[in-house]
Amino acid sequence: MNIAFAEIQETIRMVQMESLDIRTVTMGISLKDCIDADFDQMNEKVFDKITGYAGQLTSVAEKVEKEYGIPIINKRISITPAAELLGNATKEQAVQLAVTLDKAARTLGVDFIGGYSALVHKGITKGEQTLLDALPEALSKTERVCGSVSVATTRTGINMDAVKQMGEIIKEASNLTKEQDGLACAKLVVFCNPVEDNPFMAGAFHGTGEGEAVINVGVSGPGVVLNALKKYPDADLGEVSDVIKKTAFKITRAGELIGRVVADRLNIPFGIMDLSLAPTNAMNDSVAEILEEIGLERVGTHGTIAALALMNDAVKKGGAMASSYVGGLSGAFIPVSEDNGMIKGIEDKALTLPKLEAMTCVCSVGLDMIALSGDASPSSLSGLIADEMAIGMINKKTTAVRVIPVPGKKEGDMVEFGGLLGRAPVMGINPYSSDKFISRGGRVPAPLQALIN
Amino acid sequence: MEQKRAIVSVVGKDQVGIIAKVTAILADNQMNVLDISQTILQDFFTMMMLVDVSEAENLDKLQKEFDQVSEEMGLKINIQLEDIFQSMHRI
Repeated sequence: MNIAFAEIQETIRMVQMESLDIRTVTMGISLKDCIDADFDQMNEKVFDKITGYAGQLTSVAEKVEKEYGIPIINKRISITPAAELLGNATKEQAVQLAVTLDKAARTLGVDFIGGYSALVHKGITKGEQTLLDALPEALSKTERVCGSVSVATTRTGINMDAVKQMGEIIKEASNLTKEQDGLACAKLVVFCNPVEDNPFMAGAFHGTGEGEAVINVGVSGPGVVLNALKKYPDADLGEVSDVIKKTAFKITRAGELIGRVVADRLNIPFGIMDLSLAPTNAMNDSVAEILEEIGLERVGTHGTIAALALMNDAVKKGGAMASSYVGGLSGAFIPVSEDNGMIKGIEDKALTLPKLEAMTCVCSVGLDMIALSGDASPSSLSGLIADEMAIGMINKKTTAVRVIPVPGKKEGDMVEFGGLLGRAPVMGINPYSSDKFISRGGRVPAPLQALIN
Repeated sequence: MEQKRAIVSVVGKDQVGIIAKVTAILADNQMNVLDISQTILQDFFTMMMLVDVSEAENLDKLQKEFDQVSEEMGLKINIQLEDIFQSMHRI
């Protein structure tokens, strides 16, 4: 037998004690062939295609996880950005499409379906405007549908008209679900430089460059990295990076194997492997705690960005070597409500909103699952989005905003979203207005790709 | 047909009859043992077995039977396809 007992024990310990898991197996499905002049017929085709392609997804994934002894936590679906199907549809019809998607997800037993999306980083077509108009109602009427809107890219600049609308949309979605503390906003992401093959929610969609159907896999394991680092309390930062890299490598290899087996059994091509350290509220499954293990007393203090940059890069390096097709967002997520360490950082006043913004310059995505005080105005939200989009645009990286202005709550309150979405301390926003800046509209031109100091 | 192999790992306090019980389950399920290695470290029994599962339809059922023994004897028994260890620990 050429595997040592210690190695077998390491794998088992990673799964049973350190929450190593395949976070999601996401099936991307193109819905372009469902487009039909008759809206009811299109709805029917969408439902049939999704349930037809993904009919076996859950059962196959469950069988594979048992055989290999590695849990697959979520089975999900991403679709062609829904705005592309809408054409001449009305707002009511667009909402109806979301309800159809919700029904398909329910039928299949998947917890989220992503791709109620529009790519409007340069301009807005008729169908896309319909989707934007429908977003607040669609997300509050459905339970499992996730939406995303791309409002900026490095090559096109920032569409400030769309940014203005997104501030209003987030506010309205929050108000429509005020009994659930603005929960609809947790299912809506605003993107700069989105990726087409991201398996993670809420920002997953099946991009226009993708094929008919594809299996993308997201692996996670902050707990594994944390425990690996605990064995080297005195290592220098080069060694710290090496430990993270090696751990990321092993996790990715496991994920790739499982992803390929699932794809093979479903007879659908394997797309990409996304290794992202995505925290959960489980004990020790926190990205913030890794930063603290590296040597910060509390996440958010001076040195946080340097530590995060080191970690994010090491994760990418380990992942890139381990898989033939690394894609998605690969790196570290820093959601607040899903990470006990981040929550503690805010409660202890070590971590602030401006620091979180700065952290997004070096993490893999952006401002994620942050609860904001209920009195945040649409233009302030738009201003926050514009800042985050500018960071992504200039740094040529994906950034995103998923914030929840919680109706009736103010800075210092605590809000519970429940389940995977966790709980978050409400953060205040800058009291000064961004009204004039946002109401100007237009586009922020694409940045220079040279002279980049 | 290509051989499909799984690794059964057993850890726990040393006591009489561990190997007997584990192998009995394998025999009941018509599974051939290809390799065994076992040591006792400070009273702790650790064993891993490489078994041929080409014929096995359902590893889940096997895991459930092992779970029963685990509970009776206070052990930890896992069965997993060998590939997962190969891909995590070998390039």
